[in-house]
Amino acid sequence: MFRGSFAAALRHGAAAPTPHPSPTHMGAGTWSGRCLAMLLVLVPLVLAVLTLPAHAQTGPIQTVLQDNREDVERASRRTVGPIVDAIIATGSDRAPLFLERWSERVVYQRETDGLFFLVEDEDADPMALIDIDTGAPAGEAPEDDMDQLRPNSGVRGVIAAALVRFQLSDPDPDRRAAGLQAIERDPDASHLAALRAAIDNEPDVALKARKQRLERLLTVTFGADEAARVAAIESFAGDISVDVRATLNPLLSTRTRFAEVLPADANVARTLEPGSDIAIEDAYAMLADAGRVPETVDDDARDAALVANIADGRVGGVSVASLDTDQAREDAYAALAATGSVPPRPSAEDRAAAVADHVFFETYNEPSRAVTDAARATLQSIESRVAAYGWLDLGLDGLSLASIYFLAAIGLAITFGVMGVINMAHGEFIMIGAYTGYVVQQFVPDHTASIILALPLAFLLAFAAGVALERLVIRHLMHRPLETLLATFGISIALQQLAKNIFGTQARPLTAPGWLDGALTFNDVVSISYIRIAIFVLALVFFVLLWFILNRTRLGLEVRAVTQNSRMAASMGISPDRVNMLTFGLGSGIAGIAGVAIGLYAQVTSELGASYIVQSFMTVVVGGVGNIWGTLAGAGMIGSLQKLIEWFNPANTLAAQTYMIIFIIIFIQFRPKGIFALRGRAAGD
Amino acid sequence: MSSLLEVAGVSVAFDGFKAINDLSFEIGAAELRAIIGPNGAGKTTFMDIVTGKTRPDSGRVDYGEPPASLLRMSESEIARAGIGRKFQRPTVFEQQSVRDNLTMALDNARDPLSVVFYRPFATDMDRVAELAREIGLADQLNRMAGELAHGQKQWLEIGMLLAQDPKLLLVDEPAAGMTLDEREHTTDLLKRAAETRAVIVVEHDMEFVRRLNCKVTVLHEGSVLAEGSIDHVTGHQQVIDVYLGR
Amino acid sequence: MERTFLIRHPSVMIFIALLALFTLGATILSEGFGIGLISTSFVKTLGKTLCLCLVAIAMDLVWGYCGILSLGHFAFFGLGGYMIGMWLMYERTKGIVVDQLAAAQLPPTPEEVREAIGAQIFGVVGGSEIPTIWMFADSLIIQLALVVLVPGLLALVFGWLAFRSRVTGVYLSILTQAMTLALSLYLFQNDSGLRGNNGLSGLQNIPGAENISQDVVSVWFLWASALALGAGYLLAAWLVAGKFGNVVRGIRDDEARVRFLGYNVEAYKLVVFTLTAVIAGIAGALYYPQAGIINPAEIAPIASIYLAVWVAIGGRGRLYGAVIGAALVSLLSTWFTSGRAPDIPLGFYTIEWVDWWLVLLGFGFVLVTLFAPQGLGGLVDRLVRNPRAARPQPARPPQSAKEPA
Repeated sequence: MFRGSFAAALRHGAAAPTPHPSPTHMGAGTWSGRCLAMLLVLVPLVLAVLTLPAHAQTGPIQTVLQDNREDVERASRRTVGPIVDAIIATGSDRAPLFLERWSERVVYQRETDGLFFLVEDEDADPMALIDIDTGAPAGEAPEDDMDQLRPNSGVRGVIAAALVRFQLSDPDPDRRAAGLQAIERDPDASHLAALRAAIDNEPDVALKARKQRLERLLTVTFGADEAARVAAIESFAGDISVDVRATLNPLLSTRTRFAEVLPADANVARTLEPGSDIAIEDAYAMLADAGRVPETVDDDARDAALVANIADGRVGGVSVASLDTDQAREDAYAALAATGSVPPRPSAEDRAAAVADHVFFETYNEPSRAVTDAARATLQSIESRVAAYGWLDLGLDGLSLASIYFLAAIGLAITFGVMGVINMAHGEFIMIGAYTGYVVQQFVPDHTASIILALPLAFLLAFAAGVALERLVIRHLMHRPLETLLATFGISIALQQLAKNIFGTQARPLTAPGWLDGALTFNDVVSISYIRIAIFVLALVFFVLLWFILNRTRLGLEVRAVTQNSRMAASMGISPDRVNMLTFGLGSGIAGIAGVAIGLYAQVTSELGASYIVQSFMTVVVGGVGNIWGTLAGAGMIGSLQKLIEWFNPANTLAAQTYMIIFIIIFIQFRPKGIFALRGRAAGD
Repeated sequence: MSSLLEVAGVSVAFDGFKAINDLSFEIGAAELRAIIGPNGAGKTTFMDIVTGKTRPDSGRVDYGEPPASLLRMSESEIARAGIGRKFQRPTVFEQQSVRDNLTMALDNARDPLSVVFYRPFATDMDRVAELAREIGLADQLNRMAGELAHGQKQWLEIGMLLAQDPKLLLVDEPAAGMTLDEREHTTDLLKRAAETRAVIVVEHDMEFVRRLNCKVTVLHEGSVLAEGSIDHVTGHQQVIDVYLGR
Repeated sequence: MERTFLIRHPSVMIFIALLALFTLGATILSEGFGIGLISTSFVKTLGKTLCLCLVAIAMDLVWGYCGILSLGHFAFFGLGGYMIGMWLMYERTKGIVVDQLAAAQLPPTPEEVREAIGAQIFGVVGGSEIPTIWMFADSLIIQLALVVLVPGLLALVFGWLAFRSRVTGVYLSILTQAMTLALSLYLFQNDSGLRGNNGLSGLQNIPGAENISQDVVSVWFLWASALALGAGYLLAAWLVAGKFGNVVRGIRDDEARVRFLGYNVEAYKLVVFTLTAVIAGIAGALYYPQAGIINPAEIAPIASIYLAVWVAIGGRGRLYGAVIGAALVSLLSTWFTSGRAPDIPLGFYTIEWVDWWLVLLGFGFVLVTLFAPQGLGGLVDRLVRNPRAARPQPARPPQSAKEPA
C-alpha cells in the first residue's frame, strides 16, 4: 500500500510540480477524498498564513511547508508523500538537506508564527535558528518556544525513499552506498531513471559496478523496452544471488484460466490436461464459478437438501431409515430433483463433458513472451548452479556434523579398541564437560577467557571421572564386556539424575564468545557458522594430537600393543592396567572437551550427552575399532549421510534418523567390522 | 589310496603377512598324520582354513568322496560333513556335565526343531557311556566339566570329537600340559581313532610325535618344508636350520 | 512327559504354585471380586508387573541363556501393545462415533462412520484418513495374530541380518539398541500412522464391555497376565532343561566350539531371538490395556536397558531370577517415584526419593554387578544349593576362540 501510493505520488510529482497529484490506480476513492480534505484544510490555512507577521515565508521550501502546515506537524505515512514530492519539486539544492534533517528529527517549529527552522545546536538554550531555504542564521529563540518535529518511522521511510535519488550522486561514497542499499531493499520503478542518471559520473569502481548491476535488476522488472529487459535478464545467467532469483521468479508467476479455445495472444505457460494436471472437480468448479455451468451439489449439500425435505419420516419417496448408504441417498435426491424441489445434480458424465468442452491453461502474468522465455532459461541456469552450490553447502554441513560426531565418538572408540568395553556413561562425560563450561561462565564473565579456561578444566574433570570409573568399576569387570556395558549404564543414569538434582531440569546457557557469532558466507547459498568452523578446527586438532600420541609416543606404542594383543603386551612388561587407566582417562577427557564444544551451540541439559551417545556408538560401529582413521571415516560417513537424508526429506528429521539407522544395520552386513577393520587372527572373533 | 582331504595351492594373507603360502597337502581316509613346525609356520591357520573359520585368498580345498569343495561351506556344515576339530586349549562346556557335553556332540540331527524335541533314548545313553569308558571318564559322567582336571578336559574334548563320529579329526597340540601317563593315554586314543578315520595332529613336542609313529609334515612360513617319517624329517638339513633358527 | 518334567524340576512347580497363590490372593483382596482391600489401580499395577516379569523371562532366555545382550526387546513389547491397542482404540472409537451419528437426521453411511472414526482418532495429528496399516483394526482375531507376527517378523528379519554377519557381543547390543531407537523415532512422527507422540490411548476400555466396571476388568487382566506368565515360565523352563538348553548355553559360553560341533549357531540364535520377541509381544499386548496408553517413549532405548538391569539384578541364567528382578525393581521404582516413599531429612538437605531414586538405582546396580554378579537369584541358589542352576561365566578373555600364535 505504502509503496504503491508513494511511487505513484513520486511519479506525478516529477511530472508536474503540483503538491496534489491525482492518483490513478491505487485506492482512487480514498485518494480523491483525501485531496478534497486537503483542499478544505488548505483554504483556511492559507488564510491563516496571510495573517501572519511580515517576516514569514522567505524561500520555496518554507512555502511548501507552510502550505501544508498541519500535515507537516502531524505527518503520517499516508499524507507526507505529496509534501515530500512538492519539496523536491521546488528544485532547491537545499531540499535534500532539509529532508534529511526532518527525518533525523532536528527540524523545529516556532510556536509563535508556525515557521520551520533548522537549529545550530539542539541542546543550546536559546537555540540558534537557521533558515531552511538559505542556510543563513535566522536569529535565536528560547527552547520553550520551539516545537520539535517528530516524524514517525513510516514518515521517515517515505522521506528516505525520496532522498535516494540525491544520495545516489552524493559526494560521500558511504551515502551513495546507503542509497543503493535503500533501493535494493525496496526497488521501485521510479528509481530506474535516477539510477541510470547516476551511473556515468560514479567515480568509485566498486560502487559503479553495483549501480550497474542494480540498474539491470530494475530493468528486468520495470524496464519499458522488451529487448532491454531480455538483455538484462540474460545478463544474470548463472548469478545465484537471492535478489536475482527474487526478481526473476515473479516474472514467471502464473494464473489458471480456461477458455473454449486457447487464445492466440495469451502468454501461455502450459495447458492443463483435466484429470491429470488439474482435477476434474476443480476444473468444473472454475466453470461453475464463472457461471458457465450449474453449481455442483456436493455430498454435504445433498444431505442437507434431503434433511430439509423430510416429511413424515420419508424423503423422495423412501423412508429416512433406509438412507444408510450413499447410493440410497443418491436415488432419493434424484427423486427429489425429478419433482423439481431441488436443483438437479450434474452427474459425473455431465461434469466431464462440460470440462471437456473447454481448454484449461496457465498464463504468465507477464505479458511478454520473450521476457518469460528469457526468465525461464536464465532461472534454469541459475537453479543448476544453485544446486551445485547446494551440494557444496550440504558437504560443509555434513563436515561440521562429522566433526561433532568425531569429537563425541573418538573417546569411545579408543576405549572400545583398547579395552573392548563400551562405556555407556560416555555421554555423561560429555555432559560433565558442558556443565563445566556453564559453571566456569558463572565465575568468569568474559566469554573468551571462560572458554579458554573451560576447555582444559573440562578435560581434567572428565579425565578424573574416567580414571575413577576405570579403577572403581571397569577394572573389576575385566573380560566381561556385557556386564561392563550395563554397569556403566548404571553410572550413566545415576550421573544424569545427579546433574538434574544439582542443575535442575531447565536448560543452562553456555554462551559462545562474540567473535564466534555469525557465519562465514561464501555466497547466498554457501555459508558456515563460525562456531561450526571452530568445532571443525577443534576436531582436527584432536585428530592430529591423538594421531601423534598413538603413533609417536611411548604411551601410544603401549596402547597399540594392548589393543592388538593384551596378553602378549603384558608379557613384554607393559602394564595393561596403567595403559587401560590412561586410555580411559584420555577418552573421557576428550568427551569433556566435546561437551564444551557441543554446549556452545546446543542448550546444556542433563540429557545433552545421552542425545549424542547412540550416534557415537554408530560412528564407532561403522568406523571400526582400534584406529582413529576408522573413527574419522565413521564420523564423516554418519555426518554426511545424516545431512544427505535430511536433504532428501528436510521436513522430517525423525525419519532421517530412522533411515540412517536402517542404513547402518545394512552396512554392517557388508562390513561387519567397520570400514577400518583389523584383519587376521589379531582381530579375534 | 584315494585321498580324503586335498588342499592345493592355498594362500592366505593377513594385512600383507602371508600366513599360508601356496600350501598343498593330502591325507588318506584312515591315516594318522602329524604336522609340526615352528611358531608362525601356519599350523593353526591351516586348521582354520580346513574347518571354514578362515577363507583362503586362493587355492582349493576338496574333501570326501566324491570330492567337494569346503570353501563354500560354513563351519557347522563342514563339521556335519565329518570334520571334527580339537582346540589347543581344552574347550569343553564347563558349566555342563560330562554327560551333557558328550550328548551334545553325539551324531544326531542338529537343527533347532529336532533338538527342542530331543529325548535321550537308551541307545544314545549307551553310546555316551561307551565313549566315557573309552576316554576314561566313566565315573565322572555327572560331574561338571569345569571341575575336571586339565588332562581330563582334553580327553573329554577328544571324546566329544569321537561322539561326532568324524571322518577327519584335526587335533591341535593334544599333549600340551599333560603328565607322562596322560600322554600315553592320549597317544593310544589317537592311534585307535586313526584306525577307522583320518587324524591330523598338530604338535610342537617331537617326543610325542615320535611316539605317534606316523608320517610327519613339516610346515615353515606357510608351506610344506618336508614330509616323511619322523627320522626322515629330523635328519632333513632345512628342518634343522628352521628349528635352530638359522 | 510334562509330568515327569515337572517332577524333575521342582522349582518350576513351586513357581507355578506361588503364582497361583498370588493371583488368588490378589483376587480375594481386589475390589471387583473380593473384599476390596487393595485398590483397582494397584490391581492393575500388579497385573502390569506380571507382564513385566514375562518380558523379563524372554530377556533372560535371550541374554542369560543364549548370551545375546539385546537392548531392544522392549521394542517387541511395545509393538505387541500397539497391535492390540489398534483394535481397542478403533472399536472403542467406532462405538462412540456410531452413538454420535445416531443423533443425526439421516442414518449414517458406512463411509461416514469410517470418516468420523478417522477424524476422531487422527484429528490430533492433523489427519482424518485411516492409514493402510489400520486395515485390520476392526478384526480382533487378526490384530491378535499381529501381536505375535509383527514382533516375530521384525525379530526374524533383524536377527537374520545381524547374526548372518556374525555381529556379536557389544556390537550386537548396540545394533539392537539402534533398532529400538529407529523404531521409536519412526513412531514419533505424526505420519507414522500410529498417532505420533500421542500414541494410542483409552486402551483400558474394552469394546463391548463398556458397562463392566474397571474393578472387574482389572482382575480379568490380572488373571490373563498370570496365565501368560505361568505358560511362558513353563515353556522357557522346558526349553532350557533339555538338549536345546544345553546347546543354547553352549553358544553363550563358547560360540565357536558349538559351531565346530556342527550346530548352526546362527539358526539357534535366530530361534531364541524370535521366540523371545514373540513372548515380549504377548507380554506387551497384555500390559498396555492395563496401562491404558502407549506412546513411542515406551520403546525408547532406555526401557530395554532397564529390562536388562532387572534381569541382572534378579540374576540371569535362572528364570526365577528374572521374575524376582523384574517384580522387585519395577515395584520399588513405582513406590519411590510415586512419592510414597518417605523422604529422609538430613537437616541441611532433604533427600526426596523422587529425585534420588535413579541415583540409588544406578549406583546400586553397579554394586550388584561388582559384588553379586549372580544377582538376587544367586542368593536363592546359595540357600537352596541347586546344582543344575547355571553358574557364573568364568572370567575369560573376550577372544575365547582365538589361540595364541
